[in-house]
Amino acid sequence: MDKRLVVVAGKGGVGKTTVAAALGLLAARRGRRTVLCEVAAQERLAGLFGVSDVGHGEVELAPGLFSVSVQPEQAMREWLRHQLRSGALAGLLGGSRLFGYLTAAAPGVSELVTMGKVWDLAQLERRTGGSVFDLAIVDAPATGHGLALMSAPRTYANIARVGPIARQASLIDAFLRDRSATGVAAVALPEEMPVNETVDLERRLDEELGMEVDQVVVNAVLPDRFGADEARRLRADGHRGSDAAQAAVRAALAEHDRARGQREQLERLHAAVSAPVATLPYLFEPEPGRAELEQLADRLEEIL
Amino acid sequence: MIEDWLERKEVCICAGSGGVGKTTASAAIALGMAARGKKVAVLTIDPARRLANALGLPELGNEERRVDVDVPGELWAMMLDAKRTFDELIEWHAPDERTRDAVLSNRIYQELSGAVAGSQEYMAMEKLHELNQEGRYDLLVLDTPPTRNALDFLEAPRRLSEFIDSRSLQLLTAPGRLGLKVLGRGTSVAFSVMKRATGIDLLQDLAEFFRSFGDMTEGFRQRAGRVNELLADRSTAFVLVTSPRREAIDEGVYFHRRLKDMGLPFAGVIANRVQVAGGRANRRELDDLLGAGLGAEVYDSYARSRALAARDRANLDEMRRRLRRTPMIEVPHLQDDVHDIAGLRRMDEYLFG
Repeated sequence: MDKRLVVVAGKGGVGKTTVAAALGLLAARRGRRTVLCEVAAQERLAGLFGVSDVGHGEVELAPGLFSVSVQPEQAMREWLRHQLRSGALAGLLGGSRLFGYLTAAAPGVSELVTMGKVWDLAQLERRTGGSVFDLAIVDAPATGHGLALMSAPRTYANIARVGPIARQASLIDAFLRDRSATGVAAVALPEEMPVNETVDLERRLDEELGMEVDQVVVNAVLPDRFGADEARRLRADGHRGSDAAQAAVRAALAEHDRARGQREQLERLHAAVSAPVATLPYLFEPEPGRAELEQLADRLEEIL
Repeated sequence: MIEDWLERKEVCICAGSGGVGKTTASAAIALGMAARGKKVAVLTIDPARRLANALGLPELGNEERRVDVDVPGELWAMMLDAKRTFDELIEWHAPDERTRDAVLSNRIYQELSGAVAGSQEYMAMEKLHELNQEGRYDLLVLDTPPTRNALDFLEAPRRLSEFIDSRSLQLLTAPGRLGLKVLGRGTSVAFSVMKRATGIDLLQDLAEFFRSFGDMTEGFRQRAGRVNELLADRSTAFVLVTSPRREAIDEGVYFHRRLKDMGLPFAGVIANRVQVAGGRANRRELDDLLGAGLGAEVYDSYARSRALAARDRANLDEMRRRLRRTPMIEVPHLQDDVHDIAGLRRMDEYLFG
């Protein structure tokens, strides 16, 4: 939590947005002015916090916690304005067909400018002159695309070799790989495939990008509700009640079995990753909101 | 039910955002159709290892492999290797060895074809088209890459062919400034401004990269056109795999509308991992049956799963209302993660009804 940039990565559907939001709340509680960056037109944070539309600018979600939805087109315009030091020239280039073809279609350009914008948000001196944050947290896309996002600066540094793009891309790449500046939180679920993908993510970050996972956060861990004796009693006595009681016992046993399966996966995860592993409880609230996020932040506060 | 959706279909494209069980659903559809006598191939990108093992796929490989499973039809599966598919495509389009080698050894090509997002999507569509042309299967099931926006992959062929489209290529590689003159002064000014933004070296490298493609660009453009024709063909069916969560409703509705706007054939929605719960238990009876402490825990556990089931129910009702006559299949949250043939067979009864 003492970095300037935290990338929240992991498989699709594991709760990256929720964990990013809880981390943001925790940082803001500790007095750090924090910005949550949404990429790839997600725009789910406002809904989670019950705030109206996030839009393009910075929106305050909670005291000291802001969100920005990073749009590649806008990030590109900002980059051009900075690079050319002229709004007029930037407009001319941005509006030209030639440039439009190249940038809209070249693989990885939108990832590069997105990462550039995220990098800028994490700087003490903002290139674009925006307000300064102590911490930027980026809610990254699912594993494969998340890695593509983080590797885009390096790819373009290699492609360009020299010149302004190479300089800029190398700067961002170095910032990402500087462990005192950038941290990675890998979000997982205590299930077979998400565990595999988390192990894989840690390995690929290391091999392909020279980055490390600082913290694994396992989301939606079921409570350990029934002990082995109780489960035995449920199996022994459960079938004696009415149909409704039997159904309830079956549901309870199903939850028990799921919780047990989760514990096995958690153990497997512990054994397979080198980063520390934290767990967050399953939220039974049908539509989690601000109150539930605060609960998760409480839990993270005990660990981080 | 899926059987009706796929009647007289040759291609089934499963789309949806990450983490909804798309790979599993694709494999279950393929297995189910093979169990009904079809020769089916499922194309998938980087599935979880155990599913790959269950399907008998050792590692990445661009060849389909027969899955060892006892069915009346045949089940084949392949894991796409985007980089290798791209290389194969270059080999296919290149008019001669010199052109082929020039592209494959080009630095920019090597960086872009392997490392960067976007090529996976294109290559998935490309492989689909290739297998469809060869006509060796009754049905192809494509598990699309997990993009956040479930429709990104539809844009991939157009985006890639535009990238290597001759127009931008001519601009950058025309001898002298002739090409720029043809396209007018505005472009010429933009070109000189671009030099300032990117540096001349990068532009020269790019020019060389485009030059290495030579005459292949037209081939790529035509190919992208044919991929799009296949997507719009009546023998293709799009299936949206979704979770019963609230954010999935908006996505499903958006997906449905976009496909209709684009004139693409939408078959239906598979709502995966739906929480189901029975009736209402009596607290006192549970206490009598199990003792007060344990009875209370069971009651509480049941109440919570019922609340989650009610949420899923409400979300799916809302989706049904907004999608009107679109067929929808619900697959309940199965006890274990589905990651083997037995798990896929358990999904069968829900998918095929």
